[in-house]
Amino acid sequence: MAEGTQQHPLKIYFQVWTLLFVVSALSYWVDWYGFQSYTRWGLILIFMLLKAGFICAIFMHMWWERLPIIAAILMPCFAILVFVFIMWHESYWTLIIRKIYFAVTGS
Amino acid sequence: MESNQNVEVIVPEKQSFSKEWASDQKAFKGVPWGKAMMWIFLVSDTFVFSIFLISYMTVRFSTKADWPNASEVFGLHVGDYNVPLLLIAIMTFILITSSGTMALAVKYGYEKNRKMCGYLMLATAVFGASFVGMQAFEWTKLISEGVRPWDNPFGAPQFGAIFFMITGFHGTHVTIGVIFLFIMTRKVFRGDFDTGRRGFFTSQKSNYEAIEIMGLYWHFVDLVWVFIFAFFYLW
Repeated sequence: MAEGTQQHPLKIYFQVWTLLFVVSALSYWVDWYGFQSYTRWGLILIFMLLKAGFICAIFMHMWWERLPIIAAILMPCFAILVFVFIMWHESYWTLIIRKIYFAVTGS
Repeated sequence: MESNQNVEVIVPEKQSFSKEWASDQKAFKGVPWGKAMMWIFLVSDTFVFSIFLISYMTVRFSTKADWPNASEVFGLHVGDYNVPLLLIAIMTFILITSSGTMALAVKYGYEKNRKMCGYLMLATAVFGASFVGMQAFEWTKLISEGVRPWDNPFGAPQFGAIFFMITGFHGTHVTIGVIFLFIMTRKVFRGDFDTGRRGFFTSQKSNYEAIEIMGLYWHFVDLVWVFIFAFFYLW
């Protein structure tokens, strides 16, 4: 097998395929069952990351790629997490402004 | 890969990651250039979608009106029951199915199984087209209920803007993917990757690596939907 081609047993694709179906059903079930607040958000995030991980690793063959290209793909995504962190951190200001708004308008 | 059959394949030695990044001539040794370029494009696309989702969350937490309950807005009436998120769930499963057929198409492509690869590509394209169809149905339903980019009857007015922008941008990606898939399906069935027929636009010979590159794009579309499903529809 020449470097760069991706040939893997059929079994692993079917396993991941099934897994994706199950995890999707589970994340739909979160809404169906009506979980709220942190349980809901936590479960949604776990199922989302599981699905994203399996699609990336197996279907997109990232698991079998060389480290330099994996790093080139994943490291820039760290910047997104930093951005998310900044927005989350700043959201306290939004919350304070909202509370002031509701206090002033009495709504 | 045919050109490699008679020559000794030079497998790049395992180098340290920093050494390879800093190497002259070529980084990502052994990775076809088309694949590396597709990955770089996908990283940039990741940034675009991330910014959409981050701005959506920021807007959602800062509006003074309540955010509409997606579970109800996207529910469908089946008989007497209002099933929450029914269409969205079906769309999710269809996209995952198409991702599976695409992954298998890539596998059969590398095995040079022209027929299987072609049929699986065709299945992927048809699933993708049905996804776009359902999205069009969803848009029509919401527009008829009075959802506009600046206003909607369910709550915060930003809901419409975010909905049309994010699902519209994703839908555009799916549509382009479907067109791309149909073109590649034709090329597979015609045997372009076996005979080395030159491409219409590029005048270059291609091989089944092109199917993997196509696959990367298609899986990415599914990947983005995973995030949209979680953050926009379920949150």
